[in-house]
Amino acid sequence: MNRIVVVGASAAGLAAAETLRREGYDGTLTLIGEELDAPYDRPPLSKQILAGDWEASKLALRTADQLSALRLELRLGAVATGLDREARLVHLADGGSIGYDGLIVATGVRARRLPGQGGHVLRTLHDAVELRKRLGPGRRLAVVGAGFLGAEAAAIARGLGCEVVLLEPAPVPLAHAVGDRIGRILSQVHGEHGVDLRTGVAVTAVTDGGVLTADGALVEADEVLVAIGSRPNTEWLEGSGLTVGDGVVCDEFCRAAPGVYAAGDVARWHNPLFGEEMRIEHRTNAAEQGMAAARNLLGAARPFAPVPYFWSDQYDLKIHAYGHLRGHDLVTIVAGDVAERRFLAAYRKGDRLVGALAVGMPPKAIRSWRQAMAMGASWSSVVSEGVPS
Amino acid sequence: MKVEFDEPKCVAAGQCAMVAPDVFDQRDDDGVAIVLDATPDPSLHDEVREAAAVCPAAAIRLVEQ
Ligand SMILES: Cc1cc2nc3c(=O)[nH]c(=O)nc-3n(C[C@H](O)[C@H](O)[C@H](O)COP(=O)(O)OP(=O)(O)OC[C@H]3O[C@@H](n4cnc5c(N)ncnc54)[C@H](O)[C@@H]3O)c2cc1C
Ligand code: SF4
Repeated sequence: MNRIVVVGASAAGLAAAETLRREGYDGTLTLIGEELDAPYDRPPLSKQILAGDWEASKLALRTADQLSALRLELRLGAVATGLDREARLVHLADGGSIGYDGLIVATGVRARRLPGQGGHVLRTLHDAVELRKRLGPGRRLAVVGAGFLGAEAAAIARGLGCEVVLLEPAPVPLAHAVGDRIGRILSQVHGEHGVDLRTGVAVTAVTDGGVLTADGALVEADEVLVAIGSRPNTEWLEGSGLTVGDGVVCDEFCRAAPGVYAAGDVARWHNPLFGEEMRIEHRTNAAEQGMAAARNLLGAARPFAPVPYFWSDQYDLKIHAYGHLRGHDLVTIVAGDVAERRFLAAYRKGDRLVGALAVGMPPKAIRSWRQAMAMGASWSSVVSEGVPS
Repeated sequence: MKVEFDEPKCVAAGQCAMVAPDVFDQRDDDGVAIVLDATPDPSLHDEVREAAAVCPAAAIRLVEQ
C-alpha cells in the first residue's frame, strides 16, 4: 500500500493519519478537509470558546511542527465530492481527483437546521465565534433542542447575562439518551439558573424576531440557536456502492468495503462488545476509532469493541457517561445522592450492564464500572456483588 | 521522551490513566490527570504515545528526544 487518503481533517481523520505513521506506514498520506482551519477540537466550542474564556488558537489539536512531522499532503479547504471505487479515485470539488490504495472516511456530521433564515448552529469554530459575538447581557437567546449541546450553550449564555429560553419537543429533555429519571434531574438545573425551559414545545421554523412553534405561537428572541441533532456527511459517497444508512455502514473492523474504512461521527459499525450496530458522536470515540480504522487498514484485523465515553459540562455540573445507554430497560442509582447532584447511575439491558453515568462523582469511581462493561459483566453480578473498586 | 501536560485543557476523561497507568493517574477529587513520570522508560513509550493520541482534549504533548 503506497497511497492512503483520509477524507475529513478533524479528530477522527487526524487520529487515523497519526496512527498510520506510528505504525510505520511510509507511503503517501493525503488528508483532505473542507474547513480551512488546521484540525481543531470541537467540544470547547460550546464551552470555553462560547464563554470567551479561550482564544481560538487553544483548539488546535496539533502544533504546526507535529503536523509537519507526519509528512502529510494536507489539503485544507478541499471538498470531496465523489468516490469511484473501481478507479480508486476520490473526486474533489475543484475538479481534481486523488488516487488511493487505502481510504479512510472521516467526514463527520453537520448540524441539522430548521426552515427559515437567521438561526445559528454550533458545529464549527466559525459558528461558535459568530454566536459568541451576538451574546451578552440582556440579549434574548432561544435555544431549540435541550440535548447536551443545547443545554451546554444555554448554560454558557446565562453566564454571559443573556435571557435564555430553552425549547424541547420531548416531555423530558435527554430522556431518550439517559432515561426519564436522569433526564429530569439533569434538566432541573436549568430553572435554578434562570433558564426558561419549556418542554413539549416543537419548533417548526426560525423567523423574524424568534421562532415559530407547532401551535403557531411566536417565541420572541434576538438570536436563535438550533441544536436539534446532526446529519452524517455522506452525500459525497452516493453512487460509490458503499452502504450508507444514517452513516457509513461498516463491519466490526470499521471496514466499509475492501480497502475502505470509516471512523468517527460518520461511521456506523458493529460493536461486538454490545452486539449492536452503533454510530457514536463522542470525541473520544472519534480518536479511538480513527486509530482502529488505521490499524485495520494496515492489516491488524482487530475488532473495534470500545466502551463509548462522553462528558458534558453544564453550569457547575460535570457529567461523565460510559457505555451505550440508549435502549436500556432499567436505571438504578448505585452510589451518591441524587438530591445533592452527586450520584452514579447504572444502566441495564437484558442481563447486561450497558452503561454508567456519573454526575459530580470523582471520575475514578466510574472507572471500575467501565472495566466491568469492557468485560461484558452481567447486571446481576455487578449489582448484587458490586463492582470491584 | 518528555511528557508535557496542559492541565487547564484536561477534561478528566481518564483515558490516559487507562492506557498508560504507570505514567498517568487522576486526582481523586476532580479526576484531572497527574503525570507520574515525565520522562518515562523507553519500554513505556508506546503506551504513552497511545495515551497522547487518545486524549480527547489534546492535553498531552510529547517531546521526543
Ligand atoms: C459544539 C460541540 C460540542 C461537543 N462537546 C462534546 C463533549 O463535551 N463531549 C464529547 O464526547 N463530544 C462532544 N462533541 C462531539 C465531538 O466533537 C465529535 O464527536 C467529534 O468532533 C467527531 O470527530 P470526527 O472527526 O468524527 O468528525 P467532525 O469533527 O465532524 O469532522 C469531520 C470533518 O470532515 C470535514 N468534511 C465533511 N465532509 C467533507 C467532504 N466531503 N470533503 C472534505 N472534508 C469534509 C468537515 O468539514 C469536518 O472538518 C461536541 C461537538 C460539538 C460540535
Ligand atoms: S486523557 Fe487527557 S483529558 Fe483525559 S484525563 Fe488524561 S489528560 Fe486529561
